[in-house]
Amino acid sequence: MSVAIDTLRAERIKLTSVQSPFWCTVVIVALGLGLAAILGAAAKASMSSDDETVRFYPTVDVAVSGVTGFGVLVLMILAALSVTSEYRFGVIRSTFQALPNRTVVLAVKALLIGVLGAVLTGVLALAAVYLTKALAGSEAGRDLVLEGAKWRTIYGTALFALLASILAVGVGALLRQSAGTIAILLLWPMLIESLFGLFGSFGRNVQPFLPFANINYFLGTDQGIDFHWGPWGALLYFAVFVLVVFGAAVAVVNRRDA
Amino acid sequence: MIEVTGLTKTFGSTTAVDDVTFTVRPGIVTGFLGPNGAGKTTTMRLILGLDRPTAGTALIGGRPYRELQRPLRTVGALLDAKWVHPNRSARAHLRWMAASNGLPASRVEEVLRQVGLTEVANKRAGGFSLGMSQRLGLAGALLGDPQVLLFDEPVNGLDPEGIVWIRRFMQALAAEGRTVLVSSHLLSEMAQTADHLLVIGRGRLIADTSVDAFVAQASEAVVRVRSPQLDVLRAALVERGHAVHDDDGALVVTGATAAEVGELAAARSVVLHELAGQQASLEEAFMKMTGGDVQFHGTGADSVMKGGL
Repeated sequence: MSVAIDTLRAERIKLTSVQSPFWCTVVIVALGLGLAAILGAAAKASMSSDDETVRFYPTVDVAVSGVTGFGVLVLMILAALSVTSEYRFGVIRSTFQALPNRTVVLAVKALLIGVLGAVLTGVLALAAVYLTKALAGSEAGRDLVLEGAKWRTIYGTALFALLASILAVGVGALLRQSAGTIAILLLWPMLIESLFGLFGSFGRNVQPFLPFANINYFLGTDQGIDFHWGPWGALLYFAVFVLVVFGAAVAVVNRRDA
Repeated sequence: MIEVTGLTKTFGSTTAVDDVTFTVRPGIVTGFLGPNGAGKTTTMRLILGLDRPTAGTALIGGRPYRELQRPLRTVGALLDAKWVHPNRSARAHLRWMAASNGLPASRVEEVLRQVGLTEVANKRAGGFSLGMSQRLGLAGALLGDPQVLLFDEPVNGLDPEGIVWIRRFMQALAAEGRTVLVSSHLLSEMAQTADHLLVIGRGRLIADTSVDAFVAQASEAVVRVRSPQLDVLRAALVERGHAVHDDDGALVVTGATAAEVGELAAARSVVLHELAGQQASLEEAFMKMTGGDVQFHGTGADSVMKGGL
């Protein structure tokens, strides 16, 4: 246990003694709240139209999409860089020299950024909903009511941020270099998963098993996919996917020469 | 105390460290000598648990590195001074290292003062000169006040002042009873720093001996003698079975000490104008021992030099 606390103290100092975590936080806040503000303003503007079909009533999952769609991606980049930049500069060897328990090092890195990221994105998700609602006005913001299952989108964002950070640390530790890691972490959810929609019936069969499709389903966006399980099953599916990748990273890093 | 037993490391078909066994004792500076690519760094990485050995063990105080609790308190190492995040300050770098092993922040200030980096401690480590980086690496090694210290080519690229400083530092650490292992490919450097030598070539341990014994064993003593009665002396020496040859009005005697030559001259009442024992240089001794063990031979240098001069 003392090893974990030592590691946590060391990783906290590492995180706060370079600039990139600060700038990533600024970007996450700007993307999350910026998109929420644009959505709110656009919704209000659309109310001036008489045509009901062009009127835009943002829902909770849409209002937080700047956080879940972009903010969490930036968080993943930060989490991945916390590992790959250590490999890039050889700091990882100083780290493993000071802390030979590599499993604990990777776990603490993932959890530290994951928990901080979860708090940040959870608060941002809540703020995004209220910001969108405030700018949209009472008419356009009629669906922005946090009640019942809608809360799942808010705390789900925090859970997504935590799991995404763990995934990013895992991929970073497996690949050891920034460019490839960031490419995979960005292209996978943004491009590769959506490509399956173009593959006809094969794509439709695969889609319910894509990890990011599942977590988006949990966050309240079903994307027109016919899932085999409910939202909590989808969260569990994403969590298992993340832990398999992270477990593989831990196994490889423990065997590999630093 | 470092105990290495049957240590072997292969990378694909290349054997970097080949069944190496040695013990590094406390209280002296042990030099780890070998040409570039001989396996010095790999051996040190294996000792530090950074690389996984193919076979054999490396124990520090009886335990493998990875099993040490808060290892910086037991082993300090400077393998590569550039293993620092360039955008992190020297102080922050040492702060996280200290925190990782439960050492107080005050210890960071102590080692910064010890290596003379206090003034630049808040500057980015990426902007440091090689000498400053080496000092920062040394500070990191000293952080936990460890009993065992490993330095990999610590004087590489340093100016003469820095070399003398590091050399004195290592000798002082050994004098405090610590175990100090320092690698170098420069024999002259080792001769001035180390008390004991481990010589490695192509991954194999060639010698495990004191510096003096290494030189004596690997080289022949040569005595240069000058005298107005050179012929008498030459005859006497040849009679004793020593090999002699003339060199610019002097005799160069192989296989005899200066004392032997002097006594022989006195016995024959030969006047001497010069009597000088010339030890073959460490480089010569080294080349002789590692002749077959340099991995990357250059072939052109000799002919180029002869042709050019």
